[in-house]
Amino acid sequence: MTIWESIDQAPVSLKHWLVGLLPAAVQWLASIMISGVAIIAVFATLFAVAVLLERKGLGRMQNRYGPNRVGPWGLLQPVADGIKMLIKEDIVPHQADKVLHLLAPVLLVAPALLAFSVLPMGRGLTAIDFDLGLLLFFAIGASTELSVFMAGWGSHNKYSMLGSLRAIAQMISYELPLILAAVPVVLLTGTLSTDQIVAAQGSMFWQWHICTPWGAFAFVTFLVCALAESNRSPFDLPEAESELIAGHLTEYSGFKYALFFMAEYFGMMAISGLAITLFLGGWQAPLPSLSFVPGWFWFFAKLLVLIWIFIWVRATLPRLRADQLMDLAWKFFLPLALLNLVVAAICAKTPAWIGWPAALVLLVPSVFGLGRLLRGTRPRGGKRIYQYAE
Amino acid sequence: MNSEPAKLENAPLAKPYELRPKALADGGQPGELLEISMGPQHPSTHGVFRMDVVLDGERVVKLKPVFGYLHRNHEKIGENTTYLGSMPYTDRLDYFCSLTSNWAYALAVEKLAGLQAPERAEYIRVITAELTRLQNHISLVGFLLQDMGASGTPLMYAFREREKILDLFESLTGARMMCNYMRFGGVRCDATADWISRVLTLVDNYPRFLDEYEALLTSNEIVVARTQGVGVLSKELAISAGITGPCLRASGVGYDVRKVDHYSIYDRFPFRVPVGEHGDCYDRYMLRILEARESVKILHQAVREIPGGDFIDPKVRAKGFKAKPGEAYGRIEAPKGELGFYLISTGGASPYRYRVRPPSLINLTVLEDMCLGHTVADAIAIFGSIDIVLGEVDR
Amino acid sequence: MLGTGILKGLAQTALNLVGTFRKPAERLVTVQYPEQKITLKENFRTIPFLVYDGDDPEKGLRCTACKICEKECPPQCILIEPLRDANGKLAKHPKVFDVDLAICMNCGICAEVCPFDSIKMDSVYEITADDRFAGLIHHKEQLSKSNEYYHSIKPTEATEVDGRLAEEQRKADESAKAKAAKAAAAAKAPAMKPAAAPTPESPAP
Repeated sequence: MTIWESIDQAPVSLKHWLVGLLPAAVQWLASIMISGVAIIAVFATLFAVAVLLERKGLGRMQNRYGPNRVGPWGLLQPVADGIKMLIKEDIVPHQADKVLHLLAPVLLVAPALLAFSVLPMGRGLTAIDFDLGLLLFFAIGASTELSVFMAGWGSHNKYSMLGSLRAIAQMISYELPLILAAVPVVLLTGTLSTDQIVAAQGSMFWQWHICTPWGAFAFVTFLVCALAESNRSPFDLPEAESELIAGHLTEYSGFKYALFFMAEYFGMMAISGLAITLFLGGWQAPLPSLSFVPGWFWFFAKLLVLIWIFIWVRATLPRLRADQLMDLAWKFFLPLALLNLVVAAICAKTPAWIGWPAALVLLVPSVFGLGRLLRGTRPRGGKRIYQYAE
Repeated sequence: MNSEPAKLENAPLAKPYELRPKALADGGQPGELLEISMGPQHPSTHGVFRMDVVLDGERVVKLKPVFGYLHRNHEKIGENTTYLGSMPYTDRLDYFCSLTSNWAYALAVEKLAGLQAPERAEYIRVITAELTRLQNHISLVGFLLQDMGASGTPLMYAFREREKILDLFESLTGARMMCNYMRFGGVRCDATADWISRVLTLVDNYPRFLDEYEALLTSNEIVVARTQGVGVLSKELAISAGITGPCLRASGVGYDVRKVDHYSIYDRFPFRVPVGEHGDCYDRYMLRILEARESVKILHQAVREIPGGDFIDPKVRAKGFKAKPGEAYGRIEAPKGELGFYLISTGGASPYRYRVRPPSLINLTVLEDMCLGHTVADAIAIFGSIDIVLGEVDR
Repeated sequence: MLGTGILKGLAQTALNLVGTFRKPAERLVTVQYPEQKITLKENFRTIPFLVYDGDDPEKGLRCTACKICEKECPPQCILIEPLRDANGKLAKHPKVFDVDLAICMNCGICAEVCPFDSIKMDSVYEITADDRFAGLIHHKEQLSKSNEYYHSIKPTEATEVDGRLAEEQRKADESAKAKAAKAAAAAKAPAMKPAAAPTPESPAP
């Protein structure tokens, strides 16, 4: 094995060596646990990196330094934040349901971590390699909505309850376009296994699914729905401070709040990971000549790029109102995702020189049409011209 | 003085203000109403301000603004302080635009005493007032976007530009915000040629910043979706409620005190007054950007044409200033609307009655009418677009 | 196209991000206090201080305790008690001069109305104290600062004030000399009358 290949396979080799140290009877358990611990360690570090990246990036985009007092360039800021969250007083409302109040953040973080297990992070680096990976991912993702409801209900606060209901409505509405955006990929690769989806995309970047018309639209839909699923701007109505109804997070403090925060970032990273798997070729390099660089490097590089795009969008856009958010999901993204599915089917069955023009002819006008439909439901749309008096 | 209170024999009984209506305006029965107080501590109210909102589902059914948390007895203090001593207090009325508040007060006193400022002082006054207008309008847009959830980015850009203007104020008057600069018959100290050239540099760079700001916001679909059609103020209601300033002009009425009163030397500047059409939040936002562009034009011309001469009427003594008996109302086009000072003098060192006409308070009276039927998030956007400073509302 | 507005907005934020690295003077305007401090403009005014000429804060103090600043101060934060000599006559010097910084609103009216150019506005802003009430009252000793200090913080203003005071002193000296000459001439003429030697009043310091 060359040096590059050994770096590429280093995590796998390490795991095999560790498992080999233990007696054969518990090796199956050790294998799973080592994978789990590795995922938690890696993604907790990535969480710290993402938090720092967000604060520094947001700061720079707003023409200011981000945190730069704690450690050089603020590198120890996540540590400081972690210590702060740990030593804060854990306030539980007097009449709250204590079990639910405790379980909600835990049951939000656990599925997010579980979702990482089906993502192929490198050559042979999928924690659980089985045939229904995509389905498992979406099933786990849907279970997070229950935790949001538990958070709202367990707080024994009228406004938290209403806020959590709004958050759930948002998340459920955006599940549909999310899944429908992923279905064309399944259609064209014929498999639900994430490993095989990555393998089905070629090793050159123009063979990735994003470089097809249906893939591009599906990718954009997927990203926007990912923003909505993880309650990030411009869909962060549940967490908004300036909204009246406070959201399901009101009654949480200290480490439980940190867990919610972590769950949001883990969700963001998990969905970005899935977007990479489905549309961006997974752990593959853009060009075969660069494939000596380890696969996990490409995966995490692409993940950081997507996280950066999320941060960028957060810095730029104001929040959408609740009903506008729902309108967008049901009246724009859902029809678009369905149409995308039809277009993908057409592309699958016809050669490229028919399929691609047909796709563009079908998709582009419908985007405009649906957009016009959305705007039309508002009283005064359209461009404006201002007069001057005298 | 009458020692017993007047007897109101046939005065009509005042109807108690009903916060929870028994029937809606369109005759329907309201469902389960939710009464919420958007309390004085709130991240989106521009100061300590409370709104008692009654919601039917998500729609606002009734809205009662409650203010007074920042009342500081400005008018009563004005009755007990000398004319000069009231000038620093006017800084603190609309603390964002202290120089225009100073100017309105100086104008009122000058009308009372029959003074006239020399030409150079007038030019300096116009320059400082238009600079104030620039920094107020972009800050307002920044705050509006902040309330709508834009995580502070437009606000930071606005404040970056505002800092440059505040630096200019500091060089000229000695303080960034509480300027205390206008005096009766002129200004407190002269503006150096170096300062004038710095104003020119700022004004030359300003349109580029406004272009960047507009590129970020004006055609942004989310901003458009949140502000168009929201908080419509009809022309008739605006005129009858006494709304002034950009809110009035956004509703289609081309009324600008600078053009109507011809005060100071504004007649020498050919600037246009932008007028909106629909009267919603988007119009109010766009109008401020357009007005900022017009102010840039005024500044260019003023900086070029400023003459030499006295910066204050040499015969005026601010220290022992006593006004002749009489009354005067001095008003200017402050960035928020028509700011007026009404002074009644009985010949002493302090006025007998000192009344401020705050544009923010008058503009706030139509908040309920604008918010009815909208959701709570819209109410916040509408409130932000009226441009309120609580210092002025509560005095 | 639907979404161009959002793309334009994203371009603006990216422009600002890149701008903080390439042109920090224009985009990244943060001053890292307390390691860096903003250079203050000359006109910057915070709390008042008393100017004294020469080296001795007591003898060189320009203030004559005329109490005009105390009267004109809008929030009335100045307390002055004039010094009286053995006969109870006013000695044109303050015994007590207190400024309550918790009340002072930095308006500068005291400096504007002082006829003797003795109270001026300082530029210090790091004036924290441990005690909220007594610690924020600055007495005469704390408030007295030399004319050199005044020159160091506000050179143009100080030079102008010095020039004006020197001019006034010169005029006062000249008029005193003229009066003395006239009195001497008048004393010489009627030799019978006891010549009361008029002592020229030296102008107030």
